[in-house]
Amino acid sequence: MRSFAHPVPGPSRPGRVPSVAEPSGGGRLRRLAGLIRKESLQMVRDPSSFMIAGVLPLLLLFIFGFGVTLDLRRVPIAVVIEWPSTEADSFLASFRNSRYFEVRFARNRKAVEHDLVSGRLKGVVVLAADFSDRLGRGETAPIQVLVDGSDPNTAGLVQTYVQGLWSNWLDQEAAARDTLVDRPRAAPPVVTEQRTWFNPELDSQYALLPGAVAIVLTLIGTLLTSLVVAREWERGTMEALLATPITPGELLAGKIVPYFALGMIAMALSVVVTVFGFGVPFRGSVWALVAISSAYLAVMLSLGLLISTLAKNQFAASQGALITGFLPAFELSGFIFEIDSMPTPIRLLASVLPPRYFVSSMQTLFLAGDVPSVLVPNGLVLMAMAAVLFVALVRATPVRLE
Amino acid sequence: MWQRIRTLIIKELLAVWRDPKGRFVLLVPPVIQMLIFSYAATQEVKNVRVAVLNQDMGIYARDLVAHFEGSPNFREVVHLRADADIAKVIDSRSVLMVVHIRQDFSRAVSAGRQASVQLILDGRSSNASLILGGYAQQIISAYNTELSPTLRGPPPAPASVVVARSWFNPNLDAFWSTVPSLVAILVALEGLMVTGLSVARERELGTFDQLLVSPLGPGEIIVGKTAAAFLVGMAEGTLMVTVAVAFFHIPLTGSVALLYASMAVYLLAILGIGLFISSLANTQQQAILGTFSFMVPMMLLSGFASPVENMPDWLQYVTLANPVRHFMVIVKGIFLKAMPAGDVLNSLWPLVLIAAATLTGSTRLFRRRAG
Repeated sequence: MRSFAHPVPGPSRPGRVPSVAEPSGGGRLRRLAGLIRKESLQMVRDPSSFMIAGVLPLLLLFIFGFGVTLDLRRVPIAVVIEWPSTEADSFLASFRNSRYFEVRFARNRKAVEHDLVSGRLKGVVVLAADFSDRLGRGETAPIQVLVDGSDPNTAGLVQTYVQGLWSNWLDQEAAARDTLVDRPRAAPPVVTEQRTWFNPELDSQYALLPGAVAIVLTLIGTLLTSLVVAREWERGTMEALLATPITPGELLAGKIVPYFALGMIAMALSVVVTVFGFGVPFRGSVWALVAISSAYLAVMLSLGLLISTLAKNQFAASQGALITGFLPAFELSGFIFEIDSMPTPIRLLASVLPPRYFVSSMQTLFLAGDVPSVLVPNGLVLMAMAAVLFVALVRATPVRLE
Repeated sequence: MWQRIRTLIIKELLAVWRDPKGRFVLLVPPVIQMLIFSYAATQEVKNVRVAVLNQDMGIYARDLVAHFEGSPNFREVVHLRADADIAKVIDSRSVLMVVHIRQDFSRAVSAGRQASVQLILDGRSSNASLILGGYAQQIISAYNTELSPTLRGPPPAPASVVVARSWFNPNLDAFWSTVPSLVAILVALEGLMVTGLSVARERELGTFDQLLVSPLGPGEIIVGKTAAAFLVGMAEGTLMVTVAVAFFHIPLTGSVALLYASMAVYLLAILGIGLFISSLANTQQQAILGTFSFMVPMMLLSGFASPVENMPDWLQYVTLANPVRHFMVIVKGIFLKAMPAGDVLNSLWPLVLIAAATLTGSTRLFRRRAG
């Protein structure tokens, strides 16, 4: 490794950085202020910082607000009626009136089966030629449902919704005293009443958008900062910095402060858009939001800087940030996928990674309010993680060149 | 000219392969992502904790609780003692659902009155709540059928039943859908990363100027960089398909040649986007963040996180420009549905258009910025 050092810090912009080689006596503070100023300028001058703090959060919230929804809506299906009859017609009509399905009608199943392969249909409901005959004879008349298993989640929901529609149809037919369908159907002895707390309409956006804030903070905290130290190594300016009298603590503080500020601004922006733009309630307190976000941001910043320090190369650092920061925030946070449903090793992995503690806290703050039994343990875990990572970071930060 | 381009391709391949960190980054993260994502990206709900508050001493209530305890979908059924416990366990997220059986339940059932069970769900996990509500309903239906004959004699034959069958994935196994989708997503991610960064790195390190003063013209630089990234991308794709088949045992029912032909077109469309980022970005930071700004929306609007049909109509039109969306249909079709060539073509021609558009657009931009 090259071991010469430039006498002037920051060779790329020598004039902008205050001299850091002054003796102490207020010098330390001035040195730190100078470093913070240098990092802030570097951050502000690169338009991509604004992109990640301003444009990307809005884009993400927009996509989660409109694009990611698991609520079925107008699923394309076909209803095949092999032999027309009054019962079959009224069955078809109840599908046509459903807001969940977009129904195509066909006379035989050969005509539509191929569209299940091409993906133009998600399901096919078949009433066989003997449907009415069997009903008339008092036998059980089967209704066949074929679903496209290549999308198991939709397939399962289509099955459930068809079942629900069918059961309503039976009730309606019985109520209309249609001779064929009217058979004594005992009222079920036990019924359920369902209450969903915090989100009575089960609007999936209410759960997704608070989680999306976590993704935004992860991108700024880990992805952006993972490049910061690696860049200095790659360009050779790290050696220049190390040749100055700054301590590792000062070096780190100079890098943490501006990105922390950027992260908090992006967090505030995301929360404002979530609440006022998408109408998601915010039932917690602002101070709890600031406290828990600061703790999470501290973890993610330390992680990003640690990756950066170890990788020393921006491509490797960005891959590291992707694997340890972004992907866990997306998939191991309980934000889209339920953590409890994952196999044990993955569940363990999720519980040593920070995002799940933050996503759970955010969902609680938005929808339930300040619930100490969620926020306190999560906050403590995040603070402990921040402390461990920060110690590792200080140790990994070189004092001088080897 | 071809000699020069060949040399550039070799140089590019050496640049990503030569240092151990570069090799590691190309091989290990995609495989880790594939493994973790496959296991994590499931919308199934199982192994969750639920709670029961049973305030009825009767036999019917005890039977019903036993039905809940016997369900394979719950990891643990916690027993609560008082009304106040409901808020405690739900608020702290220690359970996702509470089944509340009130004290007159058994009396109502034995008197032939309709008895009701209250389900309390946590709306913070809206998808899980939806599915759990369904499970509880099924358990109670099963209990009802068991209860009916004992209370009212044998039931009449039902007028009709629903017989459901699932094609292409008979057990509705989530892996079968997630793993092929991941092939599409990870190929795009790696393709974008490699092309997006390659020019930006040379710019940042100053070697790009050296390339420009070499006998290579801007067109040749583009061809060389794209060809190298293309080779890397196809190799990554092969690695993913191999992991899908050998490790996850996903059936590959369709034509492998068709899969490769489509993957090649798809990769070209992605590389066009990567080159576009590359020609705009001055620093690697800009290139990486640019890659992200494309990758995340492309992934979320591809049908992977949620079906395209659920989106509002105007957004569905926007997704037509998304190469991942089209390749997702092809890769799932060829893996699971033995999709015939005609249907593959339906999704392939939009990809050809996207590839033509991104490649010509980014070549123009690149020439302008380099010249």
